[in-house]
Amino acid sequence: MKYLDAFRDGAVARRLVEQLHARVADYAGAMTFMEVCGTHTMAIYQHGIRSLLPPQIRLISGPGCPVCVTPVDYVDHAVALSRLPEVVIATFGDMVRVPGSSSNLQHEQARGASVRIVYSPLDALALAQKQPEKKIVFLGVGFETTAPTIAGSILAAQRQGLTNFFVLGANKTIPIPMAALAADPELQVSGYLCPAHVSAIIGPGAYAPLAEQLGVPCVITGFEPLDMLQGIAMLADQVIEGRPRVETQYSRIVRPEGNPRARDILAQVFAPCDVPWRGIGVIPGSGLCIRDEFAAFDAARRIAVEVEAPREHPGCLCGEILKGKVRPGDCPLFRTACTPENPVGACMVSSEGTCAAEYKYGI
Amino acid sequence: MQIKTIDGDLAVCEIDGVQREASLMLLADPVAVGDFVLIHAGFAISKLDEEDAQATIDLFRRILAEGGGVE
Ligand code: SF4
Repeated sequence: MKYLDAFRDGAVARRLVEQLHARVADYAGAMTFMEVCGTHTMAIYQHGIRSLLPPQIRLISGPGCPVCVTPVDYVDHAVALSRLPEVVIATFGDMVRVPGSSSNLQHEQARGASVRIVYSPLDALALAQKQPEKKIVFLGVGFETTAPTIAGSILAAQRQGLTNFFVLGANKTIPIPMAALAADPELQVSGYLCPAHVSAIIGPGAYAPLAEQLGVPCVITGFEPLDMLQGIAMLADQVIEGRPRVETQYSRIVRPEGNPRARDILAQVFAPCDVPWRGIGVIPGSGLCIRDEFAAFDAARRIAVEVEAPREHPGCLCGEILKGKVRPGDCPLFRTACTPENPVGACMVSSEGTCAAEYKYGI
Repeated sequence: MQIKTIDGDLAVCEIDGVQREASLMLLADPVAVGDFVLIHAGFAISKLDEEDAQATIDLFRRILAEGGGVE
């Protein structure tokens, strides 16, 4: 994107870090800021942001890696579908290596299943046009940034009269789990670095209840090093002033109203529903389920298949990691039994997963 | 990515010499050739507000100028 270098300037970064240290120097308490977006998690490691912060400020990762929060029975469902000869699974790349109870999509592909990695749900739609004898099942994983693209694709499939395009849905919304974690006394979240691209869709207003009712400062922050340093400084200011509110550091992309058109398309196809999150359990209203009017495109309702009983790897702490309660180093399997080449849990699979980021960049 | 051509709901966008098609179906902001857009999974989801980006960069420059001794 244009201006990229301007948001990576080392001299400005040093100055922002100095200012941050000076500002919190006299603050007696500690601050715990949670980043709720896998891309932030990755960027924080990549740029070594933690090592620049004053000791009073601690960063923890939250449940913002879409692949990581998807529970094991979803993977099992996808694996079962992939075994049907008429089904082609189309998915973003990360999903193929997420461990299910007894298999994953990569193993199924090696055994002959059709699994195609796509960049956009529209690519899955193109596959459906090209292979009318097959059932193309797109794995609908992701938050409010991805969900509208899936909604848009379902609308396009309907317009084109396609009857062989399906979505196996596991889309989720992010502000509701943020509220659940903010209310957790064990975590003591003193501020949220709110996701950048999700916020481009939902807008700052979506976090207002967090700031106003739960008193948690929220700053929508971009991914570049200067964005994150500025965002953290804005959060620290809110804590010191004792005035929690929603601010937008990433205003070059996030409008005050978000993206109403994307939200309309999302609401046309999806309705809120109760869904399970890995490690957190069912959170009421935090999921996006395909509306009855579009049931013809819902793989779960249209393609019958037997799914095995779910079984998580007993040693994996991924669920606790997603709540920010433990760090990858606390997991006995980290770097030993569990590596990016041979992941035991979902948090090690996606490049946005905390375990994968710690493995790659942590010391 | 920067918009190179627009044909109805479809735009061809480019970054670092790489071109990609993107749907404009989800975009609320009006766009024209030459605008920068944020693309996610094949859809443009937001337009870069260049004035706003410049304002943030100016703020960084001021922070640096006020820094005095910092190299
Ligand atoms: S290191 Fe592996 S096994 Fe341990 S919590 Fe992370 S993903 Fe799970």
